[in-house]
Amino acid sequence: MLDFIAGVFGSSNYWFIVVRSTAPILLVTLGAVITEQAGIKNMALEGSMLWAALVGVLASAATGSAWIGLLAGMAAGVAIALVLGIFALKLDANAVLVGVALNLLSTGGTVFTLFSITGDKGISSSLASKTLPVIRIPFLADVPWLGKVLSGQNFIIYVSIVAVIVVHVILNKMTIGRRIRATGENVDAARAAGIDPNRIKFFTLVVSGMLAGLAGCFLSMGYTSNFTSGISAGRGYVANAAQVVAGGTAVGSIFAALIFGITDAMATFLQNVGLPPELIQALPYAVTIVGFIVVTLIRDKREAARKLRLFSRGAGR
Amino acid sequence: MDTILEAVDLCKVYGNGTAANRHVDFAVRPGEIHGLVGENGAGKSTLMKIVYGEESPSSGTLLLDGRPVRFGSSRDAIAAGIGMVHQHFMLVPSLSLAENLVLGSEPRKKSGMYDLEEAVRITQSLSDKYNLKVTPRARVVDVSVSMRQKLEILKTLYRGARILILDEPTAVLTPQETDELFVELKDLRDKGHTIIFISHKLGEVFELCDRVTVMRDGAMIATHDSGDVDRQTISNEMVGREVRLTVDKKAASPGASALDVRDLSYVDDFGITMVDRVSFSLREGEVLGVVGVDGNGQSELVRILTGSAATLTGSVRKRGTDITNATPRRIRRAGIAHVAEDRMTVGTALPASIADNLLADRYSAPEYTGGGFLRRSAMAAAAGDIVKRFDIRCSSPGQPVASLSGGNMQKVVIGREFTAAADVLIVSQPTRGVDIGAIEFIHRTILSMRDAGKAILLVSSDLGEVLTLSDSLVVMHSGRIVAYFPDASAVTDKELGLFMLGVKRQDETEIRKVLHG
Repeated sequence: MLDFIAGVFGSSNYWFIVVRSTAPILLVTLGAVITEQAGIKNMALEGSMLWAALVGVLASAATGSAWIGLLAGMAAGVAIALVLGIFALKLDANAVLVGVALNLLSTGGTVFTLFSITGDKGISSSLASKTLPVIRIPFLADVPWLGKVLSGQNFIIYVSIVAVIVVHVILNKMTIGRRIRATGENVDAARAAGIDPNRIKFFTLVVSGMLAGLAGCFLSMGYTSNFTSGISAGRGYVANAAQVVAGGTAVGSIFAALIFGITDAMATFLQNVGLPPELIQALPYAVTIVGFIVVTLIRDKREAARKLRLFSRGAGR
Repeated sequence: MDTILEAVDLCKVYGNGTAANRHVDFAVRPGEIHGLVGENGAGKSTLMKIVYGEESPSSGTLLLDGRPVRFGSSRDAIAAGIGMVHQHFMLVPSLSLAENLVLGSEPRKKSGMYDLEEAVRITQSLSDKYNLKVTPRARVVDVSVSMRQKLEILKTLYRGARILILDEPTAVLTPQETDELFVELKDLRDKGHTIIFISHKLGEVFELCDRVTVMRDGAMIATHDSGDVDRQTISNEMVGREVRLTVDKKAASPGASALDVRDLSYVDDFGITMVDRVSFSLREGEVLGVVGVDGNGQSELVRILTGSAATLTGSVRKRGTDITNATPRRIRRAGIAHVAEDRMTVGTALPASIADNLLADRYSAPEYTGGGFLRRSAMAAAAGDIVKRFDIRCSSPGQPVASLSGGNMQKVVIGREFTAAADVLIVSQPTRGVDIGAIEFIHRTILSMRDAGKAILLVSSDLGEVLTLSDSLVVMHSGRIVAYFPDASAVTDKELGLFMLGVKRQDETEIRKVLHG
């Protein structure tokens, strides 16, 4: 068993799958990070992914272009995020409840739409949908082992790296990043500074909708080449837990998403060992929850220790 | 005489019928420091909210430079050159001071990116210009409260304020920091700014202000040149009644210690030590008053004792039972009742009925619950009894608490807590925002509980109230107990003031007498 795991960890094939499994969760986690920084929880990421996955397939099949499919899918992801924004910000509904409602609507709605168009409730294989291209990176592809892991991945994988940088720049280098943090940390302070908190929150929702849209399109136009019902498989929910593990930063999202990606890829391999597949499929989610708990415990402990230190330092006065 | 800002016949009536400002005339001259004094609830804050555009007046006019103005929001007021430093700072803890200063009108590089260096430079130059020392690169969470306040003042100046409103700025400062602030404010005045200084501390007003306006019960009482008036006059105008209320009060006969508090400490999220090794013993049959300027750890101490905050050190024992950091439920089971300082958020469930609120701590007792079901008729009868006994004015006990006036709402809290099966009562701000009639009733009730042998800890920012009701007193300053007076009637408020403001401090043996052996 140990030999088996050691063998898996050494193989470039395994790490190729890790990267592939990490990318979609990384994209949605970035979406969760940016909205959370602005003080709004986007629980509808799951719904955004589902619609993006379906709309991407439908639009690419209709137009024959994967690129138009991608744009349409992202638009669908943004649309869901905006619906959440309208209910939560304009109509003052509870954001989490609206998000969950949108996800349930999306689970049924995507299947209904798929059935109406194809007559099939499970898979879109009857449609001639396109997939996004695989990119071979010159020079890197020729590096032994590493080339096999990092080159030849789907276009969206490389987009997810760019997305980390973009979100990092938005949060740390741009004016709006300071405004996002002000809105999330002390909304009264933001308002007093003449910032419109709702505009900031809508901005982050649009960005998160785009990111979830990219992730959704990858699932149906790269990771697999079809839309299947429930294709997002709870990744939108995982992202909201991973966001906490990420500590609210773009770079932290990479690590949080990797926890999921590594176990998700491991699950694929463990299927050969004869463990029950249901158990294996649950593994990435269980690990994410454990990670969430561990990080929260560590943070609470650190906070308590910080306070005790501050107190003992001040005790001499 | 020219005025820069003037309120003419200003009235503000809130939706629930409370008249917070009644025909207020108020004039500020350019380049002066104008003190606005009055007790809690006198209408100072409402008036300033109107001036700052956070509230609109029900009637009357506001004149700026002699021209009538109407502010739709504080943004309009800022544009007109008015700045306000709130009691609760409007800062973002994880951002640096410089980033907070420029928030909302940030400098950008040519590339369009955020220009942190420019923000630091702006902050430094403003800091130098107005002699308000701040460290631009430090994060707000890491700097002192006094520096945060300076940053707030700089923020208003950065936005072009000519008129600065400071709402009780010294409440959060140490005496030295207060002195420093006064030097800085006088400097600002000499540079041509106009300052409105809200306070209820007379000493400070006399030290700082050129003129003083007194408000009481929403009305303007008088404006004086501070050189031409003595403290007694202002004090009488502020209070309008004798400071020490008279209630019939028998001598206390304290018994055994009911609650032993040892070495409690609390550090808030900003890392500020709010409670610093506080110890005392509370005896049955006595009212132990806790006095102090608001924000010196009293609220945090109560939160620790009642289970909504955890102490870092020490212990709490009730007649030998350890209840350190126990849950509110366990603390209540141990026989401790709690009148919370904020009846709107902690003391009551606003949308729930009077009856449900009255029985919220005991609905699961066998009298009120059988086989998992509530006994509604027993509950109604019990609630009806309390309503009668505590004179809660309502149409029926089924009415939501939210529909009651402040005084009656407080009677619901008092009614529940004083009929609980408890022998220790922790009573916080029992009459804040309550009408005179209800105040008398609540005071009499507290004393009758004492006479019945209960141990009562009374925390109140109303000095008159604490002096009237307490048998003995402790004074809190900067999170510590700095004085203990075994006989409250032998203390003058002047003397207390010195301890409250941290000017004086008893020696440790004197303070330790509160442990009673």
